[in-house]
Amino acid sequence: MSTLFTVGDPLVETKAPDGPIQDRWDTRRFEAGLISPANRRKRSVIMVGSGLAGGSAAATLGEAGYHVSVFCYQDSPRRAHSIAAQGGINAAKDYRNDGDSIRRLFYDTVKGGDYRARESNVYRLAQVSEAIIDQAVAQGVPFAREYGGLLNTRSFGGVQVSRTFYARGQTGQQLLLGAYQALERQIGAGTVEMHTRHEMLEVIVIDGRARGIVVRDMVTGAIETHLADAVVLASGGYGNVFHLSTNAMGCNVTATWRAHRKGAFFANPCYTQIHPTCIPVSGEHQSKLTLMSESLRNDGRIWVPTKKGDAREPREIPESERDYYLERQYPAFGNLVPRDVASRAAKNQCDAGYGVGPGGRGVYLDFADAIARLGRRTVEERYGNLFDMYQKITGEDPYRVPMRIYPAIHYTMGGLWVDYDLQSSLPGLFVIGEANFSDHGANRLGASALMQGLADGYFVLPNTLTDYLASHPLPADIDDSHPEARRAVEAVRARIDALLGVGGTRSVDSFHRELGAILWEHCGMERSSEGLQQAIVQIRALREEFWSDVRVTGSGAELNQALERAGRVADFFELAELMCIDALHREESCGAHFRTESQTEGGEAQRIDEDFTYVAAWEFVGDGSPPRLRREDLEFEHVELTQRSYT
Amino acid sequence: MRLTLNIWRQAHSEAPGALVPYLVDDISPEMSFLEMLDVLNEQLTAEGEDPVAFDHDCREGICGMCGVVIDGIAHGPEALTTTCQLHMRHFNDGEEIDVEPWRSGAFPVLKDLVVDRSALDRIIASGGYITAPTGAAPEANSTPVAREDADRAFDAAACISCGACVAACPNGSASLFLGAKITHLGSLPQGQPERDSRAVEMTEQHEAEGFGGCTQIGECTAVCPAGIPLDMISQTSSDVLGALSRGNFS
Repeated sequence: MSTLFTVGDPLVETKAPDGPIQDRWDTRRFEAGLISPANRRKRSVIMVGSGLAGGSAAATLGEAGYHVSVFCYQDSPRRAHSIAAQGGINAAKDYRNDGDSIRRLFYDTVKGGDYRARESNVYRLAQVSEAIIDQAVAQGVPFAREYGGLLNTRSFGGVQVSRTFYARGQTGQQLLLGAYQALERQIGAGTVEMHTRHEMLEVIVIDGRARGIVVRDMVTGAIETHLADAVVLASGGYGNVFHLSTNAMGCNVTATWRAHRKGAFFANPCYTQIHPTCIPVSGEHQSKLTLMSESLRNDGRIWVPTKKGDAREPREIPESERDYYLERQYPAFGNLVPRDVASRAAKNQCDAGYGVGPGGRGVYLDFADAIARLGRRTVEERYGNLFDMYQKITGEDPYRVPMRIYPAIHYTMGGLWVDYDLQSSLPGLFVIGEANFSDHGANRLGASALMQGLADGYFVLPNTLTDYLASHPLPADIDDSHPEARRAVEAVRARIDALLGVGGTRSVDSFHRELGAILWEHCGMERSSEGLQQAIVQIRALREEFWSDVRVTGSGAELNQALERAGRVADFFELAELMCIDALHREESCGAHFRTESQTEGGEAQRIDEDFTYVAAWEFVGDGSPPRLRREDLEFEHVELTQRSYT
Repeated sequence: MRLTLNIWRQAHSEAPGALVPYLVDDISPEMSFLEMLDVLNEQLTAEGEDPVAFDHDCREGICGMCGVVIDGIAHGPEALTTTCQLHMRHFNDGEEIDVEPWRSGAFPVLKDLVVDRSALDRIIASGGYITAPTGAAPEANSTPVAREDADRAFDAAACISCGACVAACPNGSASLFLGAKITHLGSLPQGQPERDSRAVEMTEQHEAEGFGGCTQIGECTAVCPAGIPLDMISQTSSDVLGALSRGNFS
């Protein structure tokens, strides 16, 4: 294993201020440099990605007066995958008077992340959570409301308070539309320049600072250079490395991976979240997996037959022959245990032969009791769109037949390493939203992704980025002709030519599918030393085959979707190897990272705090050289590390 | 299943296009329409031909990126369904299916089934928002919203901006898209201060983009995957008339 990576100096500087945790964000904002409104127009920012994080940040920075250029691969910023988030957004409003507070949201998030997140960041997240709801409501986000007109909330996995705000089953859509509309307002006002159907393929680093990007116009194939004072990546997560995931088809790691290769450390890549409630795979043709919101676990009950291989219609199986295994194993939280716990429990049931549906890879999520208790109309109001979606995909009516669900890759807690300012280890490169690693530790709680994306975009980055812009303007004499800019363009062209030039026999998708299968098998819900080592060998061999046998038709000078995918899959190969190395080196289980060798007697994740209470930030040191591990030790002053227990 | 697909192929926006027949075999009823196109593209790649370009992303009916005209119907034969959520169980073995891009002067074809819908973004930029600078928002519960208003706003906000309404409309109008946004924001107390200017400016931009006017045919709502009702178009007329009579817009 020693040949797989080397160990470098620890990361000490995180920029988190000292002092009482509740004052740190105040302190940092006070210490940050400012730029007067009249001078902001002269400062420019590149934003890659237009989802909740990128869209809200770009709108906010544009409103503040900065010159912002936004890039997205979709045909409109409103298509970013944040739009698919269903269940809700957490905030410590305590509208329910049920004991919630900033401190409790902080505590729940750190505990939910299995004590592998940075305390200062999480506390700040909880602090700004309230303002996010205010902001969204002011923009016209149609959250669910009580009859009296006040905002409604519901509860989510891993917590015992009701702090999740929602807009039916389309919360992400509505929050994104709020950010998108704010962004469009700035585009209309001329502060933001929008570049749709543009994909970032390289970072331009000048004198050690990120100063621009190289993008490909996906319609004409033109390679363009864009320079700015600072670059922000808001390009989302890398779940699609598994091929089948709940991500949109276009989600990819290219922006963050290219930045990684230029000096941004990649943190905790093995922390990938598997969502317990997805529609099971129906066949080889499957191109993606569809999530059924976790909110369904508020009212749905999960069960399997007590008899192995029971092929009866679920409605014909009497109560006495059903095992509501989550309610049985975790009486305190029941069906609302955190995602990692629920996912593994489902896998264990199926591995033991109790699974239902094709191949026995599914468990029931049953609404019969909820419909009897609340009436069909209430259930329809809460989850109507999800039920419709389920029916469209499976052809089954979940109002009459229980849903079949199975875990799928959903979210990636890992991402580019950032300090308290959300700046990566490459100066001038900031990373926000799912693309960074910062707040969720080894496992994200439900309804916290939207919260983090918007916290970063509306409130955190606009403050910390200003500090950087105030002190590091782009030197006036730098333009597209700078040697580093030219080198980056040349690198992009060479790579495109290489992909087009392989001229092999296999499609990009066939490689992607095979890569995904390796990862799902060895770096998915359960990982072992042996399996991971095997996976690394397989990934390397497949990557070699990719570069000698992939077939990318067409040319680079046109709309070429095969070429787009080829570039993304090529980067996924490199990431996949790092994920396995990260998973292999972390010999403990924590949160979503479950190592077979490290479990409690009851089969739960067993952390090894004395050895692994750190962030694993990986430094790229060159092709063919093993990555260098840079540890950031995590200190817990405000929560006590305990074995997570949801029983 | 075995199917014959007549697919619109067009190299780029300036090139002429034509329907080209393709044969696909072994199509499972569990596949989505786009997964069926994936199968075709794998086949074309294996034969060294250019795969068919089509827009798609989330494949769960919410991002609004996908959309083709299937046998003359935007998003195909199933009501309230995007192309990505249309499954092959709704087709029969041996069937011949025409697949075309959205057809509208305001949506130029970029390649094959991919069109340029940026006009819809420009309509939003012209006024489809509530001005709420970050940080200036009042406490969220300080303005109660009657539940029926919140529900109406949500029903309108469910629009996914796919453009099927435009593709289906004989006039090439985006009135349903426009009406949905005007209704969404106009139903909420937060949306009132800009209600008049919003309706007028968005309507003007809609016209400037080359979309046609509404003659209440209803094809739009029939194909709308988000179920936006026709009366939201009336909301636009009502808001524009109100704004004109008050004259308080810039």
